[in-house]
Amino acid sequence: MLFLELFSFEFMRRALLAALCISIITPMIGQVIVLKRMSTVGDALSHTGLAGVAIGLVLGFNPIIGAFAAAICAGLALELIRRRFSWYAELSVSITLSLGVGLAAVFSGMAPGAGFYNFLFGSIVAISNGELFSIAMLSIIVVGITIFLYRPLLHIAFDEESAVSAGIPVNTINLIFTILTAVAVAISARTVGALIISSLMVIPVACAMQISRGYKENLIYSIMFAFLFTMAGLILSFYFNLRPGGAIVLIGIAVLVLLIIVRPRR
Amino acid sequence: MEIITVKSLYFQYEKEPILKNVSFDVKKGEFICVAGINGSGKSTLLKLLLRLLKPTLGCADVLTNNVAYLAQRASAFNPDFPATVAEIVSLGIPIKMNIGLREQRKTVDNALKQMDMLDYRNQSIGRLSGGQQQRVLLAKALVKKPDLIILDEPTVGMDNGAATQICCLLGKLNKKENATLIMVTHDVPLILNHADRILQFEKGGIKLSSPKDFYQNIALHD
Ligand SMILES: Nc1ncnc2c1ncn2[C@@H]1O[C@H](COP(=O)(O)OP(=O)(O)OP(=O)(O)O)[C@@H](O)[C@H]1O
Ligand SMILES: [Mg+2]
Repeated sequence: MLFLELFSFEFMRRALLAALCISIITPMIGQVIVLKRMSTVGDALSHTGLAGVAIGLVLGFNPIIGAFAAAICAGLALELIRRRFSWYAELSVSITLSLGVGLAAVFSGMAPGAGFYNFLFGSIVAISNGELFSIAMLSIIVVGITIFLYRPLLHIAFDEESAVSAGIPVNTINLIFTILTAVAVAISARTVGALIISSLMVIPVACAMQISRGYKENLIYSIMFAFLFTMAGLILSFYFNLRPGGAIVLIGIAVLVLLIIVRPRR
Repeated sequence: MEIITVKSLYFQYEKEPILKNVSFDVKKGEFICVAGINGSGKSTLLKLLLRLLKPTLGCADVLTNNVAYLAQRASAFNPDFPATVAEIVSLGIPIKMNIGLREQRKTVDNALKQMDMLDYRNQSIGRLSGGQQQRVLLAKALVKKPDLIILDEPTVGMDNGAATQICCLLGKLNKKENATLIMVTHDVPLILNHADRILQFEKGGIKLSSPKDFYQNIALHD
């Protein structure tokens, strides 16, 4: 079988497993971000993450750690600015995004070799066993915490003030969620690429919103869509020698456009 | 027994004070109607009671943690918010109240039935009309059987029949289950039968009166 030959390559097996992890955690994070009307947060964090990658390459420490640290800093800054201008949440995103792009541009200019380029679009077929193990562990942690915080996160996304008045520690939960987002960004920078993570957080959720009525339903559909996109993208890129990250996103957009045109009734 | 004590309360958002030297008590089981012109500080007072805002001076103490709150809002929903009516109402059940899934479903359905919204339990919240959404939010507020119910213009957007029905329901919760109620409304006559006292926001400050005085005042002005 032509199809099964995919699994005979060890690098492909690792890539598929990593893609599985990513297709579960990104929509879980993405759904909350989209419903909080902060869809561009992924962009802001990933671009800042790229700045972290560049700084890591220049100063000679692990660029993934750099991406993680930078994304956390950006997430915290976002939360702070958002509290200050609650009506203009998107302003905080633009400011952080600009800072990230600026820093990434300056530091990537100083970085040696083509290393930086790999993090723009990721290199999921080049991950090692150790990296796959870390991705799996981090994903389990992200999934566990998101499930544990399922109701408070829904409450905050639906109506933050009502969540506060119900005694939910909203600030703490937003903080934890920011850290989870930073983890997802760092994982993705290595695998599907920092430029693509934000699309992966948003597109499956947007697709699911075309057909679902409830929150849980939407979450399940989002994960199914993300799984479909990542797997199809990886397999296509294997046969046609494409960049996996790009293929994944394009498939997602194609499905979204199709759903919008067909408009299934819900 | 007092459930709320407000003493020499001052509050300002920016320079201009909104509440000046406000003092009053609410006893357990009372039904208080809050009235007054737009911008007089009614919603602000509720937020102070809920500790969503901090007093500039003085204190606003609430002696229970089992408080339900329905914020003032005509309806600012994203029509695409993917959550069912039942999912939204279940958010009103405190996580600490450790009940099983089946029990939770029953509690949610009861609250929806009270609001005549049971048929819509699996509908998407964004697809309901403004008045229907308001009823769902009210169901979410009441689902946990609160001791103190704080409502900011709960009947806005409801038709007359529904508004009267909600007021009767609130009156019943107050009489039968001894819930304390604080409700802001611009339609005082609607709840005059149920309210024990009216908290009237005026230019000079706040005045507490009985429903009887309130009627006499209206008669005087007319
Ligand atoms: N977040 C805020 N920042 C600054 N000023 C505010 C804020 N919220 C309210 N105010 C001001 O405080 C005053 C009281 O507002 P509040 O919302 O308590 O009035 P209200 O009595 O509830 O009015 P309405 O009947 O329109 O609901 C208003 O003059 C308003 O301009
Ligand atoms: Mg108000």
